[in-house]
Amino acid sequence: MTGQQIAHAAATQRRVFPRPRRGDKVKSAGFYLLMLLALAAAMVALATLLIDVWGDGSSKLSSTLIENQPSKINPANSGLHSALIGTLYLMAICAVFVIPLGVATAVYLEEYADRTKWFNRLIELNIQNLAAVPSVVYGILGLAYIVRDGLSLGSTIVAGGLTLGLLVLPVVIIVSREAIRAVPPSIREGALALGATKWQTIWKQVLPGSIAGIATGVILALSRAIGETAPLLLLGAAVSSRIDPTLDNAVINALPLQIFNWSKDSDTANFLPLAAAAIIVLMALLLLMNSIAIYLRNRYEQKW
Amino acid sequence: MAATVTAASPGASGPGSSLIRTRSRRSVGEGVVRTILLAAAALSVLTTTLIVLSLVRETVSFFGDVSISDYLFGTKWTPLLSSAQQSFNVWPLLFATFYITLIAMVVALPLGILCAIYLAEYAGRRTRKIIKPVLEVLAGVPTIVFGYFALAFFTPEILKPLLGSGVGTNNQLAAGIIVGLLVLPTIASVAEDSMSAVPQSLREGAFGLGANRMQVSLRVILPAALSGVVAAVVLGASRAFGETVVILLAAGNGQLLPQGPVTNPLEPAGNMAAFIAGTAGGDIGQGSIEYKTIFTIGFTLFVVTLILNAVAIRLVNKYRQVYE
Repeated sequence: MTGQQIAHAAATQRRVFPRPRRGDKVKSAGFYLLMLLALAAAMVALATLLIDVWGDGSSKLSSTLIENQPSKINPANSGLHSALIGTLYLMAICAVFVIPLGVATAVYLEEYADRTKWFNRLIELNIQNLAAVPSVVYGILGLAYIVRDGLSLGSTIVAGGLTLGLLVLPVVIIVSREAIRAVPPSIREGALALGATKWQTIWKQVLPGSIAGIATGVILALSRAIGETAPLLLLGAAVSSRIDPTLDNAVINALPLQIFNWSKDSDTANFLPLAAAAIIVLMALLLLMNSIAIYLRNRYEQKW
Repeated sequence: MAATVTAASPGASGPGSSLIRTRSRRSVGEGVVRTILLAAAALSVLTTTLIVLSLVRETVSFFGDVSISDYLFGTKWTPLLSSAQQSFNVWPLLFATFYITLIAMVVALPLGILCAIYLAEYAGRRTRKIIKPVLEVLAGVPTIVFGYFALAFFTPEILKPLLGSGVGTNNQLAAGIIVGLLVLPTIASVAEDSMSAVPQSLREGAFGLGANRMQVSLRVILPAALSGVVAAVVLGASRAFGETVVILLAAGNGQLLPQGPVTNPLEPAGNMAAFIAGTAGGDIGQGSIEYKTIFTIGFTLFVVTLILNAVAIRLVNKYRQVYE
């Protein structure tokens, strides 16, 4: 370094990090306190949320809640049977739809796509942008082309499952791509060198090697799907929730929808405990799914 | 992987030349598989096309009935009143959308970044190992839970005792604060990731020059991780912008804003997403002007979200620091 450079560096250092002053310790302590307060505020607020929901709803947890159908008149023996069945249906339909499509797209983008081709870049850009579209817009899409024109499925649970599937498809694709990318090239090269075709390599080596990551991503995507309310609000007209949804009747109900209806209609606040109880059921379901995802990740994750 | 095979083939001389494949039944099968996979990937493009198509079709039809200047420059938003009183100016609704997002970011931005700095620069390994997964679980809590919390607890138990009788059962302040709480874990988690990714040598260099921990965090790590922090903030803001059910429950459905923008945070108003979801649930006939309004607002929301997303990508690229 020349003398000039050294002088310049020293000046920069003094500007960015001035010589320690007496107030520095106080400032540092203040900053540290501020950060702790921020963290505490966030944690306390979120803990309050969970405690409040538990406090409001835990008294309603009983077999009645699971077995009976929802009621708008009598909160005492109202249940959430149709909502729970609806949520399970939505999860299954969504999974059947989204797993093959999401994994196939991920395989194409990671193993086949030539990134210099414009349509491959279009697909990638498109998936990034789809992930940012608000969920209510997917509801509009579902209303226009799945419920009415296009597929014309009507307000059925299948239409709901497909709409939620489109919503979480980008998540499945993004997570699956990461899992596929984590399989080292040497595995593929080995298979190809032994005479396997490209698809045999993918089917017998790459996919088994990335299955833990893919499964984790699918479960997280499904847990996002069953927590969504907004798209379902658009699909269904106000139908009776006292009937269980089946594959061919025009009934859509799900736990988030039921929670929404009970919260919204509660002028007398009689139904709020039911809403809270339904939240507990939904959160228990999500917790179960998350635990399965963590278990799968720890049990089957490959170390290369 | 195709590259690897082709690159190897010309080098394979002598007995290895049989490795060069001819067009067999096997390779036909491979082509079929490839086509199927491409079709699956193309479905995502089809989804976008259909979203745009569904929105544009009804929007064009909407502007056959309502003039664009009325939509953009009128003063009242009363699309569901009888036709004599109907007015379709989107500004009050757009204002509420930005206003609630602003309140949310006032809460989430400082808290989220302070939490991120603490986790990345101050917390010990054990603390981080506990708090980070907690944040990720909280980021997965369904929004309906936050909506319930705002309506059943936050407004009646916190805001009303604190601010008095001026607080409506539905009000923008509660919705904004709770949406802030909703996006806080996302912002903290993504910002923390980008701060932790700053190379250790930068910290060591700054400490070596005599900086204390606060100076290192604020003057070295934060600027170095700026692209990631900006991405985290924009991600949070765009979630707040399109959030539906919390606003619908806590602030209102935005169906009636005849006085123009609602600037009092203690009064109800609704954002665009809440209007869409709250209105579509009723019995509105296909082809009616109310039905078309839903799609027009949806189109507006879609376009604004895409613009925000594009701005975010630009910002991130502009401030991206690459370390080897």
